[in-house]
Amino acid sequence: MSGAFRLAGRGRIDTTRPVVFRFDGRMVRGYAGDTVASALLAEGRHLMGRSFKYHRPRGPVSAGSDEPNALIGVGEGGRYTPNLRATQVEIHDGMVAVSQNRAPSLRFDIGALNTLAAPLLPAGFYYKTFMWPRGFWDKVYEPLIRRAAGLGRAPTEPDPDHYALHYAHCDVLVAGGGPAGLAAALAAGQAGARVILCDENAEFGGSLLADTYSLIDGLPGGEWVARIVAELERLPNVQLLTRCSAFNYGPHNMVALNQRLADHLATPPAHMPRERIWQVRAREVVLAAGALERVLVFEGNDRPGIMLASAARTYLHRYGVACGRKAVVVTADDAAYRVALDLAEAGVKIAAIADLRSTPGGPLVEAVRARGIEILPATTIQRAHGHLRVTGAELAPVGADGGVGKGRTVSCDLVLMSGGFTPSLHLHSQARGALRFDDALGVYLPGESIERVRSAGSCRGMFALDDVLRDGVAAGLAATGGKSGPEWAVTRQDAPGTGGFAGALPRRGPGHLALAFVDFQNDVTAKDVKLAVREGFRSIEHVKRYTTTGMATDQGKGSNVNALAIVSNVLGRRPEEIGLTTYRPPYTPVTFGAFAGHARGDQFDPLRLPPMDAWARAQGAVFEDVGLWRRARYFPRVGEDMAAAVARECRAVRAAAGIFDASTLGKIEVAGPDAAEFMNRFYVNVWTKLGVGKCRYGLVCRDSGFVYDDGVVGRIAADRFHVTTTTGGAAGVLNMMEDYLQTEWADLDVWLTSITEEWAVIALQGPRARDILAPLVDGLDISAGAMPHMTLREGSIGGVPMRLFRVSFTGELGYEINVPSSQAQAVWDRVWQAGASLGLTPYGTEAMHVLRAEKGYLIVGQETDGTMTPADVGCGWAVSKVKPDFIGKRALALPAMYAPDRLQMVGVLTDDPRTMLEEGMQLVTAAETPIPTSAEGHVTSSYFSPALGRSIAIAMVKGGRGRMGAALYALRLDGPALKVTLVDPVFYDPEGARLNG
Amino acid sequence: MLLIDCPYCGPRAEIEFAYGGEAHIARPAADVSEAEWAAFLYLRDNTKGVLAERWRHSHGCGRFFNALRDTRTDRFHAFYEIGTPRPDVGDAA
Amino acid sequence: MQKFSAFSLARQAVGRHLGWRPQWRSAAPKPSYDIIIVGGGGHGLGAAYYLAKQHGLRNIAVVERGWLAGGNTARNTTIIRSNYLFEQSSSYYEHALKLWEGLSEELNYNVMFSQRGCLMVAHTVHDVQVFKRHVYANRLNGIDNEWLTPEETKAFCPPLNISPNIRYPVLGAALQRRAGTARHDAVAWGFARAASDLGVDIIENCEVTGIDRDPSGKVTGVQTTRGPIRAGKIGVSAAGHSSVVLAMAGIRLPLQVNPLQALVSEPVKPAFPCVVMSNTIHAYISQSDKGEMVIGAGTDSYVSYTQRGGLHIPAHTLEAICELVPDFRRLRMLRSWGGITDNTPDRSPITAKTSVPGLYVNCGWGTGGFKATPGAANLFAWTIARDEPHPINAPFTIERFRDGTLIDEAAAAAVAH
Repeated sequence: MSGAFRLAGRGRIDTTRPVVFRFDGRMVRGYAGDTVASALLAEGRHLMGRSFKYHRPRGPVSAGSDEPNALIGVGEGGRYTPNLRATQVEIHDGMVAVSQNRAPSLRFDIGALNTLAAPLLPAGFYYKTFMWPRGFWDKVYEPLIRRAAGLGRAPTEPDPDHYALHYAHCDVLVAGGGPAGLAAALAAGQAGARVILCDENAEFGGSLLADTYSLIDGLPGGEWVARIVAELERLPNVQLLTRCSAFNYGPHNMVALNQRLADHLATPPAHMPRERIWQVRAREVVLAAGALERVLVFEGNDRPGIMLASAARTYLHRYGVACGRKAVVVTADDAAYRVALDLAEAGVKIAAIADLRSTPGGPLVEAVRARGIEILPATTIQRAHGHLRVTGAELAPVGADGGVGKGRTVSCDLVLMSGGFTPSLHLHSQARGALRFDDALGVYLPGESIERVRSAGSCRGMFALDDVLRDGVAAGLAATGGKSGPEWAVTRQDAPGTGGFAGALPRRGPGHLALAFVDFQNDVTAKDVKLAVREGFRSIEHVKRYTTTGMATDQGKGSNVNALAIVSNVLGRRPEEIGLTTYRPPYTPVTFGAFAGHARGDQFDPLRLPPMDAWARAQGAVFEDVGLWRRARYFPRVGEDMAAAVARECRAVRAAAGIFDASTLGKIEVAGPDAAEFMNRFYVNVWTKLGVGKCRYGLVCRDSGFVYDDGVVGRIAADRFHVTTTTGGAAGVLNMMEDYLQTEWADLDVWLTSITEEWAVIALQGPRARDILAPLVDGLDISAGAMPHMTLREGSIGGVPMRLFRVSFTGELGYEINVPSSQAQAVWDRVWQAGASLGLTPYGTEAMHVLRAEKGYLIVGQETDGTMTPADVGCGWAVSKVKPDFIGKRALALPAMYAPDRLQMVGVLTDDPRTMLEEGMQLVTAAETPIPTSAEGHVTSSYFSPALGRSIAIAMVKGGRGRMGAALYALRLDGPALKVTLVDPVFYDPEGARLNG
Repeated sequence: MLLIDCPYCGPRAEIEFAYGGEAHIARPAADVSEAEWAAFLYLRDNTKGVLAERWRHSHGCGRFFNALRDTRTDRFHAFYEIGTPRPDVGDAA
Repeated sequence: MQKFSAFSLARQAVGRHLGWRPQWRSAAPKPSYDIIIVGGGGHGLGAAYYLAKQHGLRNIAVVERGWLAGGNTARNTTIIRSNYLFEQSSSYYEHALKLWEGLSEELNYNVMFSQRGCLMVAHTVHDVQVFKRHVYANRLNGIDNEWLTPEETKAFCPPLNISPNIRYPVLGAALQRRAGTARHDAVAWGFARAASDLGVDIIENCEVTGIDRDPSGKVTGVQTTRGPIRAGKIGVSAAGHSSVVLAMAGIRLPLQVNPLQALVSEPVKPAFPCVVMSNTIHAYISQSDKGEMVIGAGTDSYVSYTQRGGLHIPAHTLEAICELVPDFRRLRMLRSWGGITDNTPDRSPITAKTSVPGLYVNCGWGTGGFKATPGAANLFAWTIARDEPHPINAPFTIERFRDGTLIDEAAAAAVAH
């Protein structure tokens, strides 16, 4: 057997499978089934970590997820993970683990000097100092504090593992696979319900795995668990999840589980996710979360070798480890007596049992006494001795008046403590279930909940095994409406303990220098809690925040009840008057990557690709993200930078023709007998007079009067409009249309259909556009006379159905060829071939922007920012004066909406045609302006115009349309301001001759 | 994540829906006073208690509908069609 | 007031810290006050402090329905910055930032204001346009804000992933160096202590259940769970519950409350030097002095007073964090929580008189109230004391919604945190 403290023939580890791992560089031998903590304890080693503030040496206090002390870093490179609990980390061959928060080593940590300064570092000391000299806080003091704090080091490489997210539904979710949970799951499963049972441990069984005394149907705990698990496995309607913590109880019975799949494996298969988050919507939830043993608060209670009694029992029966040679037990509860018996039977000497109760009695106590173990009633532990390991316990009598007498020191290498058991209410409380204080048990228990949830077993204060099993069955039946469930005979069990203790143990003398820890990890002492109360922090939430008790990585699982009791004692008020701090998810920490799941890299957000994306990539296009879309920004040729490519593309459109994938435009079909009336109400424009086959520029406002979206609308038929929206506005416009149609205008007979994906849009723009297109369309006359600007025709192109719009966002003769997306590339190829000899050039979004800016066309979202009216952006002409109502009409009549100093869209030109303004630049009236000052406006678009051979810009300027020719100054971040002149925003072809050609 | 019972599709997860704000706010005619218009646009009861609200099953049937939900607990008490009156559920929590 | 300093700490250590007295007096309500502030968060406590300190008023009470500063003051992600777009907004937040810069000394309470800088990361061409407009606009208003290239962004915050091959590459960032974080609870406690020292009564567990008015309509006092209290003026600073309180005086507000969630990781050694915000992928993150990564999630869509929301909201935020800082993928969520944000339609606050004489309101801070704490408190106090707004908060009225003079930061720059 490896490890001097390993006991042959005990435990649930597999001694046929030795495992070797490293801890702080040293080889440690354990067995399959060990945790890092159990393997180290088997070597007699308790020292595993250092605390947060005082860097106190620490060993494990628990054997599970509530561990505050034994935090370690595990793994190497991208798989290094800080702050894992050694009590939960299952070992495998080759695992590398390190201790944390110490320098240079775990045994000799320079940071432990903080303990000497402890008198100067009470709770909240940092609020009272580090204020002088001003400005030193974040330059000097804070960096020092930050370096001292923080536990493990952060990973510095990307995580190579992957994670999964899974949604599930079930009839009954059972959280916790101890006796109550197993019983509930079996009862519900046998009733035919779809059941999910989860447990955070590597195997089901909970407390039964460390219980060799109780007999169920004549079987010891472990064997009974194996039988029940086998029965559950036979039920096809039951899903069993181990290493799986229910950590978040959300509204309407949505419970999140975190399943750890790979960390315990030496070589997990490559396809296996490291963790999986289950989001389970459960019709009913059974909480079988169990109860946690409470630590005792006394001087030196944090020395390595001092642990919960139940933890020592777990190490003994699950891992075959004796946590020491000679133990002192300090208890306020019967359960520790069973631990003492088990340990004694395993060969550990029990030096004494100090019982805080004056007259401990009952069968367990008698059994201990019969074994010759010394029991000291009405005895407290004054303090523990030792540094890196406990060496002795000073036990002292408590008088009838509560006074503590002189004690004696008992040498030992192990102190086991038990303050009784606190029901785990985390999930119940997360679900906003009420809590009620139970005077008999001295703990909070679950009360009413608005969710369909019930607690079973010790998490609702039920501690006798037979009661727990019956309670589990009852919960499983209640959740399913089942009539009868399984029954078992508990033929041997310990009676539930009485007593229990919360708060600081009685002691002799005031103990002003004593460090008796309430929150181990955060080094919060009983004195700190009392100081907080003295300073007026009376709400338990204030105490928590001022002292940081309960805010460590164990989230107060071991400390909250003790802190509450101390406050209660100091204030002389009952615990329920003080309240509990809110239980906040997650129950135990959950990996960020697990929340992200597969949403990483390209899967982070859906990527929408326009139909000609592959073609654009083959052409070497450079792309940009526009919402979820990836759009070609420009098509550089060899040796071209962006400016050169864009200029070439723009010149090609003006001189010959350009082709552009405009498929991202939002498209909505508005159809029905009342389609025109709907359009009239929805848009600021008038639609009733628009003829079939005609198009119109449409502008949408919100009812607040501000511009929301725009786009060209074509009338396909009397009762049918083909609406286009901006790329980013498509979903919003459709939602807004549906909103008004369904909830305001129920009188209208209209259908709305998103056709964005259905119709691809090939924009063909430039003086040669018609020459290219005419031979391709099937029997359609697109001559200037037959198909003028702002008209549309339905037809086909090479046999492919087509809606052809003659529209232009470039100022040139142009068409937007709408064809079914599935055939768009074929049509594009045909147009591309037809145009090859005529100078047809692909262009991207950047050239599109330049071309439209040359024409002074606005882009919603660039010129507008949600505070612009149609008139502000030069579109006042579009707003109907005659319609009785439309969206935005009432608000546009507000005086503020036509105030003379509103920002208005203008063009701006620099004196030097080569000088470019930057978008976002602020415009002021004088070159030398005192700061702060108010802006006259700002630049919204700025480009170099190849057509004009100079820079151009669009700006929003106060009263701008009345200031044509005026000079303003654009402020630069460095360098003198630039003089600019306000001009009409239509820079190119103001008469529109090219457009109508 | 809320569980929302679409009157047309049945219970679905919240991520299928878009929130539509307070229900039963009628859009007035365009000739109302500025104050009345502002009240329609912006003023809300913001009820702490049972709130009538609108949802749209945007990733489902696309329909708007109303719901009564207690904003103290997020518990739903009724789902009903647009245009039908608010059911009486009292001040249930 | 007991002076806080390294010296007093050492002296108390000799006395085993038994000499510390309560940081503020826990008062029982008197029958009458000149001014009652409803809401004992940072804004309300600060308003009481400035009323006493700067306006010479003494007979003031702060009534709080629960524990002091237990609402959004206790639940935010502690980011402080002033680089808002519109002049009205940036002036307001800059007023607050200037007060933050001297607050620890002013209150003799270390609020741990840490000017470590705030990066607003741009991921799209549109982001670049918007943030550059911020930079230029802020410069004009004398507010520091500068533009960084992706490489400069990386140099300022090394853990950021600026690879051009990710789904939303980093195209640059706007940096406000004077921005940072502060210890949220300490701000409220510091104001409470200083206000209490100036005679302000701080009354916890006292919920307002009604507002009394005389026949002319003017306020005369409040009804509370601890009995009626007369008051000459009432200032409501009740964040998510502002609608509830103002409804007692017949006022409807342009407010809607939404859950807002946040979370922290387990603590690790210093690894993240500044505040980083990304509107496009919905993430903001900084590291607390304890070592926790403090991460803000988005708002849930619906009205709720439950102080919780759906898990998919923080999950989405963590997706973004893992993209932005892939090294943090193996960090673990330690704690998450929700608050109630009170949002106006233009996402700008209201600090103003109401239509009821003697009744004032400071609300609508949405996701951004913490950064404004001393500024909002200071200007709310001014407005109450003088019965007229300070020029800085004059635009932040209720009437702006009627008049169409919105200050729409949300529309202008996506979500403003």
